[in-house]
Parts: sequence; C-alpha cells; structure tokens
Amino acid sequence: MVTGTRLEAEVRRLAGSVPDPELPVLTLEELGVLRDVRMQGPDKVTVHLTPTYTGCPAIETMSADIERVLHEHGVPEVSVVTVLAPAWSTDDISDEGRRKLAEFGIAPPRPHRGPDGPVPVTLSVRCPHCGSTDTELLSRFSSTACKALRRCVDCREPFDHFKEL
Amino acid sequence: MTAALALGDDALVLSHRLGEWAGHAPVLEEEVALANIALDLLGQARTLLSLAGDEDELAFLREERSFRNVQLVEQPNGDFAHTIARQLFFSVYQHLLYERLAAGTGEFTDLAAKAVKEVAYHRDHAEQWVLRLGDGTAESHERMRRGLDALWRYTGELFEPVEGVDIDWRALEGDWLSAVTSVVGRATLALPTGPRAGAWTAGAGRQGLHTEPFGRMLAEMQHLHRSHPGASW
Repeated sequence: MVTGTRLEAEVRRLAGSVPDPELPVLTLEELGVLRDVRMQGPDKVTVHLTPTYTGCPAIETMSADIERVLHEHGVPEVSVVTVLAPAWSTDDISDEGRRKLAEFGIAPPRPHRGPDGPVPVTLSVRCPHCGSTDTELLSRFSSTACKALRRCVDCREPFDHFKEL
Repeated sequence: MTAALALGDDALVLSHRLGEWAGHAPVLEEEVALANIALDLLGQARTLLSLAGDEDELAFLREERSFRNVQLVEQPNGDFAHTIARQLFFSVYQHLLYERLAAGTGEFTDLAAKAVKEVAYHRDHAEQWVLRLGDGTAESHERMRRGLDALWRYTGELFEPVEGVDIDWRALEGDWLSAVTSVVGRATLALPTGPRAGAWTAGAGRQGLHTEPFGRMLAEMQHLHRSHPGASW
C-alpha cells in the first residue's frame, strides 16, 4: 500500500495547507488543528479537525474550506469530523506558526511546562512591533476568543497576544 | 440525557445573558470580554445539547418548564457588579465541576477536558473584577456587596446532585465555598450570611421551575426561530 500511503500524505498536505479563516497567515497544519487524514477508499477521505476553543465559529469555515480544496484536487467524497479529544493546546502551534504570528503583529503563546520537563522561567510577552519585553495586560479577552489584549510600555502600541491554552 | 440537558442549559442560558451586554458594557474591553465568555459557553452548550438531541430544537423550541438550568444563570444582568457576582459564583462552580468531569471517564470527559481550560479564564476574569470592585471605591464596594447579596440565595441549588453526573457533590460544595470565601475576603467583602436557597426555589431550576425573568429571556431568545421556522443566513 505504498501508493495509498503516498496519496494519504499528499491529501494531508493539501488539507493542511488551507489557511485559517481568521488568521490567514497560518495554515491549519501550523495551527495544529488537523488531527488525522485518512483515505476510506480510492474516492473518499475523512478528515479529523479539532477546534481551538469549543465555541470557535471558524471551525465551520475551516471544514468547508478543506472540502472545497480537496474537491478541487479531485477527491469526490470528503467528510470532515470535529473531534474534541485530546484537547487542543497552544503548544500544538508549530515553530513556523509562531514565527508567522509574530511577523503578523500577534505575540505568539508562551510554551507550557512539560509534564516532566524543566520549569521554564516566566517569559514576558514580547511586543511584536518594537521587540520590547516591557508589556502589560489590558484585557484577558480580545478580538477573538484565543487572544488577549496587551500594550507595549515602550512604544505604547496595543497588540494581540495569542494567549496560552 | 438529563445531565447533558442540565449542563447544556446552564451554559446556553448564561451565554444568552452575557450576550445581552453587547452594546451596553461599561468599557469596550469588557464588551469584548463578556462576548468572548458567552461564545465559549455557547460552544459548550452546543456540544452538550447535541448529546441530548437536536441542538436547535432544544434551544429554540422548548417551553420554559422543560429547561433544566439552575436559576442562578437565568437571573437578569443587573449592573456590572451584579453580573460579576453571577460570574464569580458560576465560573468557580463550573471550573471545579469540569475539573472533576475531565478526570473521569464518562460521556462528558472530552468536553470537560477542553472546556475547563476556557473556564479557567472566565474564573480569573470574575475573580480579578471582584477584587477590583470590592477593594475599589466606596461606590464599587457597595455595588459588589449588593450583587453578592442578591444572588447568594441561588447558590445552594448548584450542589443538588444531577442524575448521571457521578461526582462527590458535597466535596464540590466545600471546595466552592472555600474558593469563593477566599476571593471575597481578599476583596475586603464578606460572604452573605442568609440562606443559600429560598423556601420555594430550592433545587427548582433542575426540575424545570424557573424565576419570572426567565420567561421573558426565552421569549427574546426564541422569537426569531419561532417566527421564521427553518430560516438561515
């Protein structure tokens, strides 16, 4: 089943390349919400997708976008299933995703402490505009459920922070 | 079924109440915060109600007596301190409850494991505001005190065991009391001393008995769906 595996990998690459509808600089693969892509036969694909937040309204657009992209690439039957477990965490965002977020003006989430890993020093949130680490929290909630609103004490610009979940 | 309705209705009804703040919050940041908390709760409600049946039918076509939410979440918003008191009582309860559900192996485990991380932010939001209002000006202190007083009588019902939720409800109540006591104390306030359930209200929401404002809330929430069946946008 070498062919099947290669096809599956290709379909996964296509599904993973779909941009996030609310943060179009990130792909679904980089956001870490694509859980599984499986061929259920030559013409049928099942995609497992997990929401960032339980109420995230973008999940419906993500599903529709995945279906559209796979249809366009010749997969006739696409079924996107939403899964909750294991719960998504901001640690699932790839390094490349974090880099892109910062470039886009959104401070990336700080890593959580691993179950057995070393205790990380408390990292301050860096201003994505001027790079200062002297920033303050304005509100735990911002333009979307996944962000907090902060302000840079040095350059005085407010900015979004992808808060840790 | 009963448990999914109870937990789902709690989340749905509180979500709607918080949504009523849109356009009315004291500052823009709180407008956004309350709407985001409402959105998290709505997502939890959709998942829970879907375990019990069709989410839209359950939300929009049930009569008042068929809802199983606690009476706390249906109470009107009042002023901002009143809403924060309701948020404190409910988010601490929901956080402690979901922590227990997430550690179990029942039908709510997956949802609870996900939602508990969201609810931790709701709880932090409520606690920070209780501290700020209680330990703020004489006016904010007095308003926070009034909010806690007014809602205290609805908190006993939170710990009436829900059929199908296999946890130690007395331990949950103990943890809730000590958490709430600690926050309120740090806010230079004291917990109300009155009874935690009215004579006729004790445990009534879970049995479908609701307070007067709930009917009006449902009328507004269900109006569009009932007036235009099957409409979509």
